[in-house]
Amino acid sequence: MHIEMNQPILAKNDGIAAANRALFAEKGVFVLNILASPGSGKTSTILAIIEALRDEFNIAVIEGDIASKVDSEKIKAQGIPAVQVNTGGACHLDSDMIRRAVEVLNVDTLDLILLENVGNLVCPTDFDLGENAKMVILSVPEGDDKPLKYPGVFQASQAVVLNKVDAMPVFNFDERAFRTSVRNLNPAAPIFPVSATTGQGIEDLAEWIGQGIRSVQ
Amino acid sequence: MHELGIMTGVVEAVEQAARDAGAEKVLKVNLAVGVMTEALEDALFFAFDVLKENTLLAQAQLEVDMVQPKSVCNDCGTEFDHDRFHVLCPLCEGANTTLIAGRELKIESIEVDLPD
Repeated sequence: MHIEMNQPILAKNDGIAAANRALFAEKGVFVLNILASPGSGKTSTILAIIEALRDEFNIAVIEGDIASKVDSEKIKAQGIPAVQVNTGGACHLDSDMIRRAVEVLNVDTLDLILLENVGNLVCPTDFDLGENAKMVILSVPEGDDKPLKYPGVFQASQAVVLNKVDAMPVFNFDERAFRTSVRNLNPAAPIFPVSATTGQGIEDLAEWIGQGIRSVQ
Repeated sequence: MHELGIMTGVVEAVEQAARDAGAEKVLKVNLAVGVMTEALEDALFFAFDVLKENTLLAQAQLEVDMVQPKSVCNDCGTEFDHDRFHVLCPLCEGANTTLIAGRELKIESIEVDLPD
């Protein structure tokens, strides 16, 4: 017997993601899902964003890692609420992990939640968490060819951050080739060249996030 | 490596649907998987073979229809096929395009064996 199912494989994840999204909309909080490789500067970029926006907005961070509390400790040291999610080996955050993490936060008072996904340019792309936008960070030392090797994450993101631009002189990074690849994959996404450690370019990135926050309030 | 997670969802949903239909055995599972997703065809087959053991799917065959990407240009209305890397409108070179196919992760249908 033939049975038509026509059912999304990730129906369970998508259902919880939809509930998360409804909660975020109701509370007027903007949620940004940050995707990048290990060592690309996700946590440093988050700290720089916090510094730029903390006077104007209430911010919290959900840190996803396979193990350890290293990242959430860094955020908490800045006086910002942070929840560490340890995926225990899983290569991505899923919507149920976010649902549980959000229960710990006082969402009513928040304007912005930054989700630091597990360091991985592949798997997190397929899992909707209920976020308002995805943002991919690539760092200069990783090379300008990454959009060609990992097109999915660059295609699915609403903004592309190029971090560690202060290291450009010592790496053979072709910024023009990088911009062309990103534009072919995702013409609408703005590209923000930044250095999370020197603060270069952070203002424009923070402005883009600020617009996102205002759009949901 | 998230193909195992994806396939766990498939096996659970298919078992449920088969049971609801009163079936004892699943013969075939048909999936539609978009080329723009991060799911690899080979890894899906590997995960299926591992996970189907000791379920109603133990003897089931997997068919994966890899769906090619397609977008529509919001400026000039052209619908066009493309690869994973190029989504600009081929006609007007517009950047304002929307993906209409290629991100599917879907169980389309199954074949089951009903008891006599």
